[in-house]
Amino acid sequence: MRQTTVPEPKLIFEKSRAGRVGCNLPKCDTPSVELNSILGETREDLHLPEVAELDLLRHFTNLSHINYGIETGFYPLGSCTMKYNPKINEMTARMTGFANLHPLQPVETIPGALEILHGVQSILCQVTGFDFITLQPLAGAHGEMTCLMLIRAYFESRGEGQKRKIVLVPDSAHGTNPASAARCGYDVKSIPTDAEGNTNLAVLTQVLEEIGDQVAALMLTNPSTLGLFEPNIEKICKMIHDAGGQVFCDGANMNAMVGTTRPGDHGFDCMHLNLHKTFSTPHGGGGPGCGAIGLQKHLEPFLPKPVIRTENGEIIADEDRPKSIGRVAGFYGQFLMEVRAYTYLMAYGKENMHRISKFAVLNANYVRARLKEVLPPAHDRPCMHECILTAERYKKEKGVRALDISKRLIDYGFHPATNYFPLIVPECFMIEPTETENKETLDEFCDALIAICHEAETDPDLLHNAPSTKIVGRLDETLAVKQLDVRWIPGAENKEYTRLRQAIQ
Amino acid sequence: MPYIPHTEADVAEMLAVIGVSSIDDLFCEIPANLQLQPGSLDIPKALDEPKLYAHLLELASKNVDLSKVTCFLGAGIYDRYIPASVGAVISRGEFLTAYTPYQPEASQGYLQAIYEFQTMVAELYGCDIANASMYDGATSMAEAAIMSTSLNKRQKVVVSAAVHPHYRQVLDTYCWSMDIEVVTQTTNHGLTEPFTEEEAACYIVQYPNFFGSIEDLAAVREACDKNGSTMIVVSDPVACALLKPPGHFGADIVVGEGQPMGVPMGLGGPGVGLFACKKDLIRFIPGRIVGKTKEVHGDKPGYVMTLRTREQDIRREKATSNICTNEALMALANTVYMIALGKNGMRSVAESSVRNAQYMISELEKICIGAMTNRVFCEFVVTLPKDAEWVCGAMLDKGILAGLPLGKYYEGPPNTLLICTTELRTKDQIDTYVSALKEVLA
Repeated sequence: MRQTTVPEPKLIFEKSRAGRVGCNLPKCDTPSVELNSILGETREDLHLPEVAELDLLRHFTNLSHINYGIETGFYPLGSCTMKYNPKINEMTARMTGFANLHPLQPVETIPGALEILHGVQSILCQVTGFDFITLQPLAGAHGEMTCLMLIRAYFESRGEGQKRKIVLVPDSAHGTNPASAARCGYDVKSIPTDAEGNTNLAVLTQVLEEIGDQVAALMLTNPSTLGLFEPNIEKICKMIHDAGGQVFCDGANMNAMVGTTRPGDHGFDCMHLNLHKTFSTPHGGGGPGCGAIGLQKHLEPFLPKPVIRTENGEIIADEDRPKSIGRVAGFYGQFLMEVRAYTYLMAYGKENMHRISKFAVLNANYVRARLKEVLPPAHDRPCMHECILTAERYKKEKGVRALDISKRLIDYGFHPATNYFPLIVPECFMIEPTETENKETLDEFCDALIAICHEAETDPDLLHNAPSTKIVGRLDETLAVKQLDVRWIPGAENKEYTRLRQAIQ
Repeated sequence: MPYIPHTEADVAEMLAVIGVSSIDDLFCEIPANLQLQPGSLDIPKALDEPKLYAHLLELASKNVDLSKVTCFLGAGIYDRYIPASVGAVISRGEFLTAYTPYQPEASQGYLQAIYEFQTMVAELYGCDIANASMYDGATSMAEAAIMSTSLNKRQKVVVSAAVHPHYRQVLDTYCWSMDIEVVTQTTNHGLTEPFTEEEAACYIVQYPNFFGSIEDLAAVREACDKNGSTMIVVSDPVACALLKPPGHFGADIVVGEGQPMGVPMGLGGPGVGLFACKKDLIRFIPGRIVGKTKEVHGDKPGYVMTLRTREQDIRREKATSNICTNEALMALANTVYMIALGKNGMRSVAESSVRNAQYMISELEKICIGAMTNRVFCEFVVTLPKDAEWVCGAMLDKGILAGLPLGKYYEGPPNTLLICTTELRTKDQIDTYVSALKEVLA
């Protein structure tokens, strides 16, 4: 990753030579057949690359050298919880007794798998304080959507489905919150954040007085995306409940709470978790996600199918659920991710679980304290697992934006922090160090950022042009939209290519 | 704890820099009544690494996995060979532990791989373009249906009964929450009857369908043209290495499950949703798309996520979908698989599957078990003289996962069975199946 003279990578299609194969496949020992008489029309051409196995491995090894993962270096992306993904989890998920199970094989043949699912559910019930957990949702946003579906089904069962059509979402929320609400047929109303970074209670009170009887739910991230714990959380939940609504907790920031405090005790009716954030299943370059949800008893009848639960001491996969919202995923959810999460939860256990949040919060506050002179915090309060800083000064004085600072971090060998989110903080710089980073790494990172901020004062162009030491410099995202080159076209070197290229544009 | 590196000295120094006396002081904003005593959760005690491994191995060994039985079960998740190179590539930490490539300069490796993925998915499906992946086949189909309702401004979708029942159940859930009507199109002898429903946003068929049969996509295209509906096809990508692909019949959107291409069955997850379509629809599609571009200050080419204004983090409630995280790692597995097998390997896997199915159909006929049709890819439906669930139980005792009994999904007598043969099944295994079935039925 830190090499500077890697040759420009070619596409695999450019390395293809007719007749090569990259895998030693089985030879079919059943009689040959007349394909067209069985299948009708078969396809004439198939433009897939033909390379040998070594060429394939070199291709991807070289690509991996120009990609940054947690194992490459510090990954301070705020809101993403880029913690270490333990190797034992990868070993257990690859055990044949888990990896080679068919989802439709008889349920009596998978007792060990059901124990995993039930085990994760039971531990997460304890960790979150909810009565039930389902592991069906396939990612965080899918979990949010499933929660809203449960809320919708709950109100429909009470004859309030037509009446309650509004979901309240704070202006600091993740974009998935309003998008998931829209997906469930809800209108979204934004609630502002006050000067201290909390939910604006005065506005919330007013909104509830005006349209409280139309509100289905409030979607609240706690700790908020400002990295702050909402001190009025019990009061807010009560206000929504008094208006007849439900409260959903966006659990993206659960890492601040594991073993220390439980959303189920705060008054929330349901929440989603990102097991790929809080419980260490790998992000995989943008997925698979793994989006468990927790809920209180009154929402339980509506759980998606199948429901993994115990009956007479045995774990069953219950499909007989008349009030269920139905199925939200093809099968049992992201099972092999649940194996990883289970392995992780069992590695921490009862005596260590709280250390996750304690050290995550320690690291974030340490980074905050070390950087406060160059990048002041957006709010003068202790932060939780991530700190939100502002680079506004450099923009005003030197025309250097938060993004420029982030891109310069790449030159120093670090992955950038999150910028421009939450939207309400100007030139926002959001850092989430996670509990698995040691003090030396945090110090190196802070030293680099302090040096970069000095560069912003003395040589702003160094930042405007960053990164300058990577395989590519800053990329033109506007051009990407304009030319929309989203696939390679067979015969890329000839006229046909140009014709097809134009056709696609 | 092995994953938390802090020494006592580190903690003391860090607290001094922060200016507090204990870690607990940092949690002062959480009301005291909401704070737990450390270690007070009612959960199992921690296991050290050897004990943890042994515990998981014990749980794994309780399952009847496919190292213990021969699999003739398909129905959307397939027992296909995964080349060793796939595991080697997706285990690399630079890929496995990366986040979504929001910072393209630090993510060129992944972005290029996804660009290659998009190219090959579009090629297999015969479509202009493909996105960077969806959650799974079922949700990909539901997203396609919802996309068609916004394309056509119609609130009704029509889906063939020969589409995977679980996919249809997911479609029902998604559509219920958006007040979209779902109409099921009946089948005749395992093939979808002609679509005639008016005012439909889309017609959805599966190809090969849930029963393994090859639907007449030219007829579906005609019906779509007649009624102004979007043509959506759910398709097994491996079959498309051999069949004329849905895009070549003019399908507007083609979706599917990428699991058969290098992803372990894993009790059905994680899989990967494939999503391809015509080029004019690109601004409406859900999920991420990778595009090629150039440097701002230079001429070097590079890759970025593009058409981002469709997505939730920018568009919020007006986004084309709420999807954020997708299935990048499984898309990478698909990419390596398609390259490892290449043009000839993909065709060979598909052809072997067809041959095995044809051989098995003819051998079953010899014991008077007839298939509904032999015009199938690698799955077919047979009618048994006994209850299919019972037969499967008896076959399992002989070490064979005999297939999927359809009684749970379709009306009619409970003696129909869906059987699947991938390239991994051998003549011997098929012969063993047939003689075991003969004994079971005797």
